Amino acid sequence: MSDIEQIPVTLTVNGKKVQRFVEPRTLLIHFLREELNVTGPHIGCETSHCGACTVEMNGMSVKSCTVFAVQANGAEMTTIEGMANPDGTLSALQEGFRQMHGLQCGFCTPGMITRAHTLLKENPNPSEEEIRMGIAGNLCRCTGYQNIVKAIQYAAEQLNQPETQEAAE
Amino acid sequence: MIPGEFTYHRPSSVAEAVAILVSHGDEARPLSGGHSLIPMMKLRMAAPEHLVDLGGIADLKGISEDGGAITIRAMTTQHELIESDLLSEKLPIIRETSLLIADPQIRYLGTLGGNVANGDPGNDMPALMQCLDASYVLTGPDGNREVAARDFYEAAYFTALAPEEILTAVKIPTPPAGHGWAYEKLKRKVGDYATAAAAVMLSMTGGTVTSCSVALTNVADTPLYAAEAGDILNGSTLDETTVGKAVAAAEAITDPASDGRGPAEYRTKMAGIMMQRALARAAERASA
Repeated sequence: MSDIEQIPVTLTVNGKKVQRFVEPRTLLIHFLREELNVTGPHIGCETSHCGACTVEMNGMSVKSCTVFAVQANGAEMTTIEGMANPDGTLSALQEGFRQMHGLQCGFCTPGMITRAHTLLKENPNPSEEEIRMGIAGNLCRCTGYQNIVKAIQYAAEQLNQPETQEAAE
Repeated sequence: MIPGEFTYHRPSSVAEAVAILVSHGDEARPLSGGHSLIPMMKLRMAAPEHLVDLGGIADLKGISEDGGAITIRAMTTQHELIESDLLSEKLPIIRETSLLIADPQIRYLGTLGGNVANGDPGNDMPALMQCLDASYVLTGPDGNREVAARDFYEAAYFTALAPEEILTAVKIPTPPAGHGWAYEKLKRKVGDYATAAAAVMLSMTGGTVTSCSVALTNVADTPLYAAEAGDILNGSTLDETTVGKAVAAAEAITDPASDGRGPAEYRTKMAGIMMQRALARAAERASA
């Protein structure tokens, strides 16, 4: 029906290369969920406020409801589906959210963990304030954030442990 | 919330991008970080037929210093401004302001060029650029021209930028070492636009102000360069009476809307308070 030319988009999503033709107006969140069946990133507010749609794109946390799929052409993407350890066990962050009760309804959790994943890569040992500012673009209506902060602190501690042991030796 | 249809262009040079804008006129819009334009397109309040994505133009990235001026190319993101060692050393007010814009996700994509070119009075960078006496490099079919940030803004979303031009860089005179600086922003929550905000840059010698500039965010249709307030403070020791006069002069040029951020009178008063706090912090930071 449309005269608009479809554009080829190639992405690497959680290590897997995918190619599709898309309408230019297709938003990245719709591309991930509807074309690729990657439904971990959620559609919350659709207005770039809530962060439920957060994915990692070329090492940056972005809100995939406010990016066109064509803009992401060539990008490396990581979503919640790519978070677990290669052997299938939970990553330190996922384990942290479980141990510290970092979720209640769970709707914000994929975006929250994906954001925290990038935050810890950039700042492996964040203060509580840095964690709170670092997840300021992700809204949670259940937890009051306290346990999310604890979950991220738990993960940071776990991830820093080998180094701590080395330093102690 | 699905935008209207458009044809997507991804030029690899500024010249190519300008040529696309020339051939499509009003029907084309440049796309930088997209965090103002894409939300408007999702609401169908903007429906460009041609979208010109500037994300593939390598020339539009980077921060450099040359001959007493710092040049920030338009597609430099707020995240990159925050991470820049050059800016942290020479122009720390840019980092302070960037950290108050939106949230981390948006700062990874939001650009300086988009923030200043859009003409949204809620944006923080325009007033800061007026405070710093920056100029904008506008590139069109006939080459480059420079417009001072203080002359660029005409009304909300109306600027000196022509439809076939792209704002390609921002040039800022490097401030003297030892200057004082502060950006104070009152907002309801992280990610909100300012209820009122103020940028202050000053230099001091022996407790006396030797230069001072002040600009205000989101208390009028455009960012406001408070020239008279700066003049009043210049040469003073920032004594209470002089500060009071300068704040009154700045408040007098505001014309805010009454909206969810508060009644107009309140926002004017908050602009004065933000200015006062910014002045105090800038003075503390300046080496006397």
